[in-house]
Amino acid sequence: MSNILEIRNLSVSYGGIEAIKNISFDVEEGKIVTLIGSNGAGKSSTLRSIAGIVKAKHGEVLFEGENILGMSPDHIVKRGVTLVPEGRHVFPNLTVLENLKIGAYLRKDNITADLENVYTLFPRLKERSWQLAGTLSGGEQQMLAVGRALMARPKLIMMDEPSLGLAPIVVQGIFDIIRQINEQGITVLLIEQNANMALKVADSAFVMQTGEITLSGTGAELLENEEVKEAYLGKKK
Amino acid sequence: MNITIDHILAGISVGGQYALIAIGYTMVYGILRLINFAHGDVFMASGLIIVYLTTAMPLQYAIPIVLLLTVMLGFLIERAAYKPLRAAPRMSVMISAIGVSYLIQNLALYITGGLPQTYPAIPWISDSITIFGAVTKRVTIITPILTAILIVLLVALIRYTKIGMAMRAVSKDFETSQLMGIKINRVISTTFVIGSLLAAVGSLLYFTSYQSVVPTSGSMPGLKAFVAAVFGGIGSIPGAVIGAFIIGICENLIKSSTDFSIFSDAFTFALLIVVLCVRPTGLFGEKSIDKV
Repeated sequence: MSNILEIRNLSVSYGGIEAIKNISFDVEEGKIVTLIGSNGAGKSSTLRSIAGIVKAKHGEVLFEGENILGMSPDHIVKRGVTLVPEGRHVFPNLTVLENLKIGAYLRKDNITADLENVYTLFPRLKERSWQLAGTLSGGEQQMLAVGRALMARPKLIMMDEPSLGLAPIVVQGIFDIIRQINEQGITVLLIEQNANMALKVADSAFVMQTGEITLSGTGAELLENEEVKEAYLGKKK
Repeated sequence: MNITIDHILAGISVGGQYALIAIGYTMVYGILRLINFAHGDVFMASGLIIVYLTTAMPLQYAIPIVLLLTVMLGFLIERAAYKPLRAAPRMSVMISAIGVSYLIQNLALYITGGLPQTYPAIPWISDSITIFGAVTKRVTIITPILTAILIVLLVALIRYTKIGMAMRAVSKDFETSQLMGIKINRVISTTFVIGSLLAAVGSLLYFTSYQSVVPTSGSMPGLKAFVAAVFGGIGSIPGAVIGAFIIGICENLIKSSTDFSIFSDAFTFALLIVVLCVRPTGLFGEKSIDKV
């Protein structure tokens, strides 16, 4: 299989503080790839610079062989890369249906089939389609944020901490959805603090620490790795 | 007090003119959280432009051209004075707005030489008519009707079109809007274009009731429309419109009384102080705490 996304020597700094130091990694097409690591490791900055929200200092982000680093976010969305932001960020003043429609903002073709797909994945959203998104529960908002990203018909969907602040049973649901999305042929790049869940669902994984990638392997390998166990899974050696 | 039909009519008319200006303030605030202090001066500039245009061409050409030029002015102000400050603290943008306001006033002073410019009489709308026994200009009746039509169109645009949906999204969250592929700058420009267009229409209606335009002609209606926007709850379009009509009608009722007529302007600003003290979010404003 080929790589849909290749990160080469990416560096990001905020006012002199290096958040990401020269990282390189690949995301294989059709797989679930996860970046785990503690707070401030640079995971979010990585995704945000891929999405074009944060300016990188140098490096390359090759999406299907084309360097998308430095492009504006709308060009990146148009090429098929979407980001589900941390903290969901649904538009509270728009209805559920409008939130989904705005996910397809750049598309000019018919979106009915995609709406049906999102409603099949998340029947709850269909029931609430006329409700303002601000009135949804946290779990429902996360479903909406994911559904909204799917409306752009992405080839690669990036998710920033989708399980953050959700009840364990809801978290399980979110991870089931991640699998289902992946089965539809969409590559997933996932950031998680819930390393246990993320590694179980992931085909391959990278560990980030203070702006660098320190470990990599398949999800199963890292689940068994002693360092990972101690640092991120809360198990003693 | 001697309340007469023509004072009420005049109040509704002036209220409509304030409403058209107030929408520009409130929409820009809704998206950029910026009080666009130059808005009243755009309104004045629109009046001056038509003065100069009518010396060169008949009104039927001058009116569409003045609408276009006012829109371009609003667009250019945003591009030149606000867009480069997108990442700057809000105070910097506000100071830039005050700078633009003085720039336009002083340019107008330079161009006109400080002499009042005689506003052209627009036929038909400045004709006299009689309603319920009161003699008034036709513009008094046209203003509220035209204002209502424009507001209905605007609300439909915001509620049912793609760009309207984008405007609502951008007003809540710049970054997430960008993640949806929305071009923020295009949405902001659209907001200024709509605000300036409505100000240009308001200007046509407003100056028809006066004889001349001077460089400071935009200050008073601009300030009053601003008060209307704050009174209605800044950021809210229905709020701005209702606020504008209330202020317009109250002012004219005060003017109808011989003892208090001198206080008609003071009323508006006293209202501003009371609103800010008692209900800073206005009639329909959001509850969130925001520093201006």
